Amino acid sequence: MALSFQEFLFYAFGAVLLAAALGVVTARNPVHAVLFLVLAFFTSAALWLLMEAEFLALTLVLVYVGAVMVLFLFVVMMLDIDLAALRAGFARYLPLGLLVAAIIVWEMASVLGPARFGPQRMEPPPPHGPGYSNTKALGETLYTEHLYAFEIAALILLVAIVAAIALTLRRRPGVRRQDPARQVRVRRRERVRLVRLPPGGGDAAGEGG
Amino acid sequence: MVPLSHYLILGAVLFCIAVAGVFLNRKNVIVLLMAIELMLLAVNTNFVAFARYLGDTTGQVFVFFVLTVAAAEAAIGLAILVVLFRNRGSINVDDMDRMRG
Repeated sequence: MALSFQEFLFYAFGAVLLAAALGVVTARNPVHAVLFLVLAFFTSAALWLLMEAEFLALTLVLVYVGAVMVLFLFVVMMLDIDLAALRAGFARYLPLGLLVAAIIVWEMASVLGPARFGPQRMEPPPPHGPGYSNTKALGETLYTEHLYAFEIAALILLVAIVAAIALTLRRRPGVRRQDPARQVRVRRRERVRLVRLPPGGGDAAGEGG
Repeated sequence: MVPLSHYLILGAVLFCIAVAGVFLNRKNVIVLLMAIELMLLAVNTNFVAFARYLGDTTGQVFVFFVLTVAAAEAAIGLAILVVLFRNRGSINVDDMDRMRG
């Protein structure tokens, strides 16, 4: 059976994706796990491009690889972790994990298999023409039907920013820092002292007249 | 063309690798967070595949929202992780047995 070019790309990227996912869960070093996760996201973006979801594929690379994964990498490198203690139960839980994963795969594959979602039941749609814009179609749906959900998503991101900063902000003692509230609140008499000098000046000033 | 079932089974296998990762790395919070990201990736792949094969853009809009919530979750989860490490000196799940810091 000859593979078409799209099928070849699907199987190649799918194999890389699964290998990268296995690397994420089995890597000894968390930094390696993060880098495997970056590979998995890149490969997924390629698979989404095959499904003509161009905007989301680029968003995945920009937002996930560019921001979230860098955040992960930053945290992993910042923490000094005792790796041996964290991997203590790895071999003991391996049979249980493999058993549960195999059961879930079997269950899902029996539901999602070719009998129900194969090419006979779900005809592959024809590819879009050269004038089609995925970004435009997505924007038209997003900003009309789902505008309310879109604004709630913006609010969730704002809450995430405030929560992340509030959790990790700390005041260390012994560090010189600005306090803008005190700077704004300051009164004149705290900073300026008016000294009444006697008239005539000269050497007599120091004696207080 | 690749049939829809292939994409769905790829997503299912990816999801199960992530579930196995939760079992294997049950002490390491960072790898647990990464396994959750893998699960969300599998779900998103299914959404994109259905959006393509049903010809409905709404599935892609939902992926957009899942990405948003996942980014917020990762940011807050990592912030909690940093605070945990600062207070306990480790990120072992077994050390997270008290609510007070």
